[in-house]
This record gives sequence, structure tokens and C-alpha cells, in this order.
Amino acid sequence: MNDEAELLPGTLDLLILKAVSLGPLHGYAVLSRIEQISGQRLFVEQGALYPALFRLVRQGLLKTEWGKSENNRRAKFYELTAKGRKRLQEETDWWNRLATAIRSALNAQPQEI
Amino acid sequence: MISAYFRSLVARFARRNRTERELKEELESHIELRVDDLERSGLARAEAERRARIEFGSEERFKEECRESLAGNFIDVLIQDVRFSLRMLRKSPGFTLVVVSTMALGIGATTAIFSVVDATLLHPLPYQHPDQLVQIVDDLPGVGAKEVGMSVPEWKDLENSGIFEYVSPIGGGDVNLTGSSQPARIAFLNVPPNYFALLGAEPELGHSFNPEDKTPGFNLEVLISDGLWRQAFGGDPQILGKNLRLDNDLYRVIGVMPPNFHDPLRTTRQRKTELWAASGFGAPPAPNPVRNLRFLTEAIGRLKPGVTISAAQSRLDALVAALQKQFPGDYPGKSRWAIRLVPLKESLVGNVRQSLILLFGAVALVLLIGCVNIANLLLARASARGREIAIRRALGGSRKRLTQQLLTESVLLSSIGGTAGLLILFGAKEFLLRLVPESLPQLNSISISWSVLLFAVLASLLAGVIFGLAPALQAGRQGVADVLRLESRSSTSSKEQGRTRRLLVVSEFALSLILMISAGLLLRSFWDLLNVRPGFEPHDRIVVRTWLPVPNDPTTDIYGSPAKEEPLLREILRRANTLAGVEEAAIGDVAAVPLAHDHNDLNPFPLILDGHETPRDQAPVVYGALATPEYFHLMQIPLLRGRSLTDLDNDKAPPVVLINEAMAKTFWPNSDPIGQRLKLPLAGQPGAFAWNTIVGIVLDVRTESLAQASNPQFYFSAYQRRPRDLAIFLRGRLDRSKIEAKLREQVQSIDPQLPVFGAQTLDHAVSESLAQRRFSMNMLGLFALTALLLAAIGIYGVISYIVSERTHEFGIRLALGAERKNILQIVLRQGLRLAIAGAVIGLAGALIVSRFMATLLYGVPPADFLTFSGVALLFIGVALIACYLPALRATKVDPIVALRDP
Repeated sequence: MNDEAELLPGTLDLLILKAVSLGPLHGYAVLSRIEQISGQRLFVEQGALYPALFRLVRQGLLKTEWGKSENNRRAKFYELTAKGRKRLQEETDWWNRLATAIRSALNAQPQEI
Repeated sequence: MISAYFRSLVARFARRNRTERELKEELESHIELRVDDLERSGLARAEAERRARIEFGSEERFKEECRESLAGNFIDVLIQDVRFSLRMLRKSPGFTLVVVSTMALGIGATTAIFSVVDATLLHPLPYQHPDQLVQIVDDLPGVGAKEVGMSVPEWKDLENSGIFEYVSPIGGGDVNLTGSSQPARIAFLNVPPNYFALLGAEPELGHSFNPEDKTPGFNLEVLISDGLWRQAFGGDPQILGKNLRLDNDLYRVIGVMPPNFHDPLRTTRQRKTELWAASGFGAPPAPNPVRNLRFLTEAIGRLKPGVTISAAQSRLDALVAALQKQFPGDYPGKSRWAIRLVPLKESLVGNVRQSLILLFGAVALVLLIGCVNIANLLLARASARGREIAIRRALGGSRKRLTQQLLTESVLLSSIGGTAGLLILFGAKEFLLRLVPESLPQLNSISISWSVLLFAVLASLLAGVIFGLAPALQAGRQGVADVLRLESRSSTSSKEQGRTRRLLVVSEFALSLILMISAGLLLRSFWDLLNVRPGFEPHDRIVVRTWLPVPNDPTTDIYGSPAKEEPLLREILRRANTLAGVEEAAIGDVAAVPLAHDHNDLNPFPLILDGHETPRDQAPVVYGALATPEYFHLMQIPLLRGRSLTDLDNDKAPPVVLINEAMAKTFWPNSDPIGQRLKLPLAGQPGAFAWNTIVGIVLDVRTESLAQASNPQFYFSAYQRRPRDLAIFLRGRLDRSKIEAKLREQVQSIDPQLPVFGAQTLDHAVSESLAQRRFSMNMLGLFALTALLLAAIGIYGVISYIVSERTHEFGIRLALGAERKNILQIVLRQGLRLAIAGAVIGLAGALIVSRFMATLLYGVPPADFLTFSGVALLFIGVALIACYLPALRATKVDPIVALRDP
């Protein structure tokens, strides 16, 4: 339970883009994928996923198509658009820079100052 | 990505059902997938389903959030809010009515004034490229003469200077139009052929003058106005090429100007020009075109494209300097001849701008005060609506959403009010337009144009936000905790609300005080003007006008010399005296009619005194009128010294003049002017002069306006000149309309060609000369009273609120033995404190505002103590009365009831 980190505001969109970048997914699979790729550390409230998906579609970062799930249920699949891929790249770079900066700040030793 | 946004919009609006179905299906499919997973991990199907639904949370809430994530959410929210607001407003019709009618009045009045501002100040010149249009003014600052006009050679110099595309001198006047059933007197303009090309105006029928036409005199072509075409020619479509007679000369009509064409001139009379005649000003009846004869009184010009006014002015200065060097005889250095370019827009609206801005500011202030009042009302209602708002907050209505909804409600209110105001404006348009004084330059007709509509819409929205913002924010700030206690009286938010309301009332008071003081200052100015002694007796005096034609060929002029005209004048006087009711009659020229004329009617003369014969250009300018001897007695203008004019001062006697006191004091401060001689031009002989002896001094008459002290002025004997624009003065209790017809009969039996027109009482002339001031004063007074009323209502509301809030406390006080008198005092003191705070701020504001009004005032200093203190006291008095009713209610509190009711 202690491994479970709370999502920072704004990171849900980034995680969704990342999850979908590996191939078209339906909503439930997006959740599972996020849990999987975060090493079971990040959990997203199930219902809260959908408003975020709708928002990303509106922004033109995702596109949708109805299809069949692996166990043959009808589901709506989300796929990254070209614009979404670009956004994912930008956000990833930004996140990495931020993370590096914060890590080095936190690791600073007294003698380095 | 626009297309994604658009698809999202379509999903929301066009395919609402499908979107809903898919949303439901998607969430269901999610839950099914989760159930499958849970079942696989070993749960029974029913248990798995239960778990999945619990894990997912409120399906409805997420659906709502998904809907909100679609594009165009704000539109749906707005529609929802508007529907809800309408429902709320319908539930309290009294409140709605008060707010809507306040806004209707406020926005209606502001829009009405804005339509005037829009037509006169914002779009004053309905001509092509109006920024290139200038008025050209010649001054002789060295001798203190302004607007002296230009001569024909100077005009040609300007035309050839390369600065202007066109230069048009404009001469105005009246002319006798004959050939129709009744000789008519019409206003005409004498312009060069380039006039319409300069303005970029086209006739509605026919063509305008050829701008390249160089005919030196009248080219005998005229354009007529739409009004004249319809009245005198019945709208005859065959009018082009027809002839008409003007002062007995034959002219050909070549075009009809559209009704919305107006000349860019200031004066009332010339605005209603009915005919334009083209002339090169270089041949009779114009005098010899010599350089120092400046008879072209007004001129406008169009700058070449790309030339700015300042660039043109500096090139013009250089031109003036060169001309002065070239013609030293015509331009003596002492007079310092200079030409000034004034943007045409400036010269047109310069004198009304201040009044209009004042009015607009005033009406906007009234609207603002109305807004403050409504804000107060809304705050009072908010405490009544506390329960509703509390429940909505408790049920999860977000703070932002609540604020948004309340704002929607107020903007909706103000929009309904604004619409009602506009409808009233449309309905009352005709009536309101009649209130606009004639002296306002109206080149555009005042109308509800698109820009005026846009203004009304913006004003409505803004007003809604202004009065809705404070209450909406306040309601949003209310904590759920307060709410659950259900309107506990001493809650902090209610205290804060009280403070906001008091602040609003103080500002309302301050604003209305500023308005009241401005109105008071104007009222005092007006009062002072009414009590000015004009120097003549206006009661029971009527002026009727006639005009003797000036044919282009002087030899055909039957009134061409004083000797030829004298019999006509004497015969008119004799016949006028026989009319029933006429006790006395006199004749003068238009310049002798006080207040009824504009600047152009005055005849300026260079004053050349005996003994020091200054050149004409260096002489100071004085104004001359002419009159028959009876004039001074009829007008009761007393003779101070010397003798008055007599019947013997005619063509055979040496020329004489009377001067006014101002002239005597200005030019002969230490000596006796009687017997001195003035060199003045001879009548009807351009370039010839004669010496005129001063025989008497009369008291000053305020000829130009009541507000203006008298200028130096002198009077010729009518029999020694040959006046054209005759004014027949009659004394007696006469009916204005009847006397004109009777006099016309008499005059036309002497000469049937003479028009008789324009009968006017001098009382009317006096009152008319104050029309614009009266208009400003009435409007401002109306606005100020409205503001006072609103402020009184505002303070009444706040004090009532305070009383109701403290009922409990008053009950305790009374129970403990306080006297009713004390309670009254407590409440009144509270009201007084608000009023005084408002008054102090208002007085400071009024001090600043009144400084800008200085030029609109007469005889009253901008910081007039009497006005300031009087209005402030009136205000505090009104505030006390407004507080008295709720205070009385406070004393009637029944202690038992107050204590039982928490």
C-alpha cells in the first residue's frame, strides 16, 4: 500500500497518452496498462478516467473507434493521433527535465554549496 | 486541432442522443470488463458485479463530467443558467419589475445621449475622407482682429500653393426666389464650383458644378436642395435645365442635392441651405478682386492626400511670410497677418463638445448610481435567499458555479432592462428629437444606428456585471458552515455584507452629490443670465424681416443708392404705423436685431480714426448696424450724451454715426468722442470711403449673447446707407403670425417682389439665445433629481436593513428601559454618518468636476460656496427623511415579540 503514489495533478493526461502510445486500447485496458507500466504503483480512479479521455479527444490528441475486446465485448478504442504523439514527446521531455532538476536539488550535499 | 473541437461540438449539440447512448455503453462495457476480471479471480458473478459497481463510483457523476469535457460546455451551462434565472425572476415579480425599470431608464437615457454624442462628436463629418478637411481662418493678431476673411488673390494663392486639393470660400445669404406663386425668401450659399468636389458630395439628380470651371462671376448654374425641389417644384422629375429667378436674375437648375446633405457650417440658418450658386468671386456683384479687400468671410479646404495638418500649417506659414515680403504694401508688419488651419471637425463641434461630454458623463453617472442601487437590492435579497443558496451549496453546487449563475441572473436582468429601454427609445424618438436644441451641429441625423445599438448592448452587459458582481461574489463566499446554521444573524458573512452595502450607499451618495452640484451650478448660471439686463426692452416687440434683391448687374438695381432706397423705407414705416395695434415702428438691418442672429450677420468695419489714419489692415475691427431714428426709442436704448439720429440724417446731410458706451470707453478713454470722425466705406461703392461724424453715445446692448459683455459697436443712419436685409421693428400687443401677413400685404403693395418673412418676438429671441444652456440645464437637472431619488431609496434600503437586523437588540434595549427617542436617535445617527461620509467624498469630487465646467458657467465661480453648501445640506436633509421611516419602525418594536423571535 505504501508503494501506491498519489497522482500529481496534470499527470493523468500524460499517463493516458503513454499507455495508448503502445497501441489502441479501450478504457478499461488503459487503466490496466497504467497500473502495469507503473509497476503497480499508480492507480487511477476508474470513473475519473473517462472525463480525461473525453477531454483528450476534444483536444485532438486521441481518436476513437468502436471494436471488440479480447473477450469479445463491444468497447470503444482510443488511439494516439499525430498531434497526440507530438504532445507525448514534449510532455515526456518536460517531465524528465523536471525530475532530473528536482532529484539533483534534493540530492545536494552541504559541501557542494 | 479545430476539426477535433468541431467534432466534439457536433457530438454535444447535433448528435446528443447518440453521444448519450455511446457514453452509457462505454461505461457499461468498462464495468462488464471489470466484472469479467473479478470473476476470473474467483468471485461469484453477482458478487463481482456488486464490487465492480462500488469500485467505479457514481456513474451519473462521471457521465456529467464527461459531458462537461465535450466542447461548448459553456453554452449549455449558460442556457441552463438563463432558464433557471428566468424561473427565479418570475417568482419575484416585484423585484424584477424594479430592477428592469431602473435599468430601462438608465440604459435608455444613456443610449439616447450616446446617440447624440455619436452623431455629433464621434462621426461629425459625413464627407469623404473627413480628416483632410480644414477650415481656413485669417487673423490679424497685431490689431486684435480675428476671422477677418480672405481676399480673392489670397484665395488663388492658396489654390496654387500645392498644399490643398481644393479651397472653397463660402458666402451665405438669403435671396429672393421668384417665379413661384409667392416670392420666397430662401437661404443660399455662394460657393466656388469646386465646393461639392471638395466635400465629395454628389447630387441625387443631375450633376454638380464642374470643379475646373473658372468663370469669374456667377456661372448662372444652381443646385437646389431636396426640400426646395419638393416644395417649390412639386418634386418635378423634369426640373433639370429649368430656369428660376433669384433677385430677378435668371439661373438654370443643374441638380438636386439629397436630403441628407448638409453644409459643414456652424450656423443654423446656413444649415438649411436650399440653393447653391457657383461663382468665381471675381466679377460683379463681387467687388474688384484686390489683395487687401477681404470679403470672403469663411473658407474651407481639402488638404492634398498624405499632407498632415501640421505639415500643411508650416508650409502655409512659409507661404504667408513670402507673400508679406512680396506685397509689403498690402501686409503691413504691424497687423501680423496669419492663416490658421482648424480641423473642420474641431471648428464644428468645438463649442458643444463640453456640454455633450458633461451630459454624457452625467447620464452615465445616473446609470452607475442605478447599478449601485440594484447591487444593494441584490445584497438584501441575498440574505433573503440565504436558505436557497445554502441548500445549493450543501448539495454540492460549486462556488464558481453559484457565482456564475448569480451573475447570469443579473446580466439577464440588465439585458431585459436594456431591451425595454431601447424599445422606449424607439417609441419616443420623435418626441425626444424635438428636445434637441437647434444650435447643435447636426450634419448627421441623430438616429439609433448600429454603433448606438452596440453601445446599448455593451452598456447592458457591463451594467449587469457591475451590479451583479459584488452580490455574486458575496454569495459564493458564504461558507457551508454558515449555511447549515441557516442565516444566523451575526454570522461574519452577514457582517461583511452589511459593510459592502454601507460602502455602496456612501459611493451612491457621493456620485449623486457631484451630479446635483453640477446641475446647481448650471441652474445658478442660467438664473444669472435671465437676470442680465440686455440693454433693450424685449416685451411687446416684434421683428419682421424683408430683403431687397441685389441683381448681378448694379445698373438694374432699383434700390442702388441711399437716395433711391429712402422713399421705400419711409413708405414701409408709414404703412406699418397704420396697422391696428402697432404703436411704433422702426427699421434696421439684421445686425440691429439683438441676439437673434449669428456671427455672420454682423458687419465688421476697420476703424480708422481722424488724426491717425492707420491703414485698413492695421485698424481694429468694430461692428456696425444701421437703424432709422425711431429704433432707439422703440428699443428703449437710452442716449447717454450728444444727440440721437433724426429724419434729417439722410443722403443730403453729412454722414453721422452713434456709438455705444463700450466703443467710447475703448477708443476715447480720456477724451470726448462726440464730434470725432470715423473713416468708413461708402454704401454701394466698393473702395470708396467717407468721414462719418460721431454725434451721440448710447448705452450698450448685448447683441451677440446674454453671456457676452457688449463689444464696441456703432450705428449708421439707415437713410444714409442702402440696407438690403431689412428688419422692421414693431411695438405693441401684436399677434406674431397675423402681423406678418398684414405687413406683407402692405409691403408688397409697394413692391410685389419683396418677401416678408421671419416674424419673431424679441422675447422669443432672448429665450432662444439661451436654448442650448436651457437644454443642458434641464437634462442635467433631470439626471440629478433621478440620482437624488435613487440615493434616497438606497439609504432607505440600507437603514431598513440595519433596523431589521437589530430588531432583537432594540427589543432588549426597550425592555431594559431605553426610551423610544433614544432608539430613533441611534438609527438616525447611523444614517447621518453614511450621508455625511458620502457628502464629503462627493464635495471633493464636485470640486474636481466643476473645474472642467468653468466655460459653461456664467457669473458663478466653479467652486461656488452657496451651491456647494446648499446642495450638500439638501442632500443630508433628504437622507434624514429617507432614514426617518425605518427609524420610526425601530421605535415601534414590541420588546416581547422581538425577544421571542430570535
